[in-house]
Amino acid sequence: MFEVSLGHYLTLGAIIFTIGVIGIFLNRKNVIVILMSIELILLAVNINLVSFSIFLQDLSGQIFTLFILTVAAAEAAIGLAIIVVYYRNAGTIRVEEIENLKG
Amino acid sequence: MLAHAIFFYFFSFVAIISAIMVTASKNTVHSVFFLILDFISISCLFIMIGAEFLGMIMLIVYVGAVAVLFLFVVMMLNVAQQKNQWFKSSDTSTHIPIGLIVSLIIFCELLIVIGGWKYKPDIIKNFSDSQISNSTNTHTIGSVLYTEYIHLFQISGMILLVAMIGAIVLTFRKREGVKRQNYFSQISREKNQGVELVEVKSNEGVKIDV
Repeated sequence: MFEVSLGHYLTLGAIIFTIGVIGIFLNRKNVIVILMSIELILLAVNINLVSFSIFLQDLSGQIFTLFILTVAAAEAAIGLAIIVVYYRNAGTIRVEEIENLKG
Repeated sequence: MLAHAIFFYFFSFVAIISAIMVTASKNTVHSVFFLILDFISISCLFIMIGAEFLGMIMLIVYVGAVAVLFLFVVMMLNVAQQKNQWFKSSDTSTHIPIGLIVSLIIFCELLIVIGGWKYKPDIIKNFSDSQISNSTNTHTIGSVLYTEYIHLFQISGMILLVAMIGAIVLTFRKREGVKRQNYFSQISREKNQGVELVEVKSNEGVKIDV
């Protein structure tokens, strides 16, 4: 209980990952919250990588966390630019009103 | 070890609660606030476990850049429930109490991280590692990142460049009636187009055509 092991960190990562996935599926509000859920998922992956890196004493996990951080920042910038352009064209970013592809 | 367990449970509890609030809260601005709280909790966890460099980088990149970018877009697109009453009617606005609560929790977390810093050495000693104990985390990451992973590092720089250009190209638009610089005509201007010799008669002056 009081010995924080690798399993604790992996459980925390799994919980945050699941919350992110649920946030994508159950979202009925707007696309920005979906982007935030993707950020949560990437954060859970970072938790897994860093905890494995610390407990297995291998620095590669932290290096890959840096790269994931880079990709997450790029993805957020591009996604938000797409959202801004879509809002300018369509006037809304509510999820249920985005139906151009008849999905 | 007990102190570390208490800190771990506190930070992970705050992280999970704020992750739930990100997806569940009705107002998008509150979602961004709780996203910031989530990032700060996780980076405190990273600092506690011994990955200080990544914790600080997460604070800078996620909280300083990504979350603020989200907040800007939410404010620009006006998708929050209220319309344009950010600071006009502070009694009906719900941003300010939530923002105060979130920043208070962040302040408490920073205090706890500073207070729990002295418990870190006996945690690190349990993960006794020649790499970690001899030099700092940042030093070891730098010595690996710039030697073995130099190509991946440069490719990630290219990713950032492409993302920057992509964001600029996507959101760029030409407006009518806005005067712009024309760099080509500016640079390719010659001397004989710019300077003109005018014969000036006495007592008459010169009229300059615009």
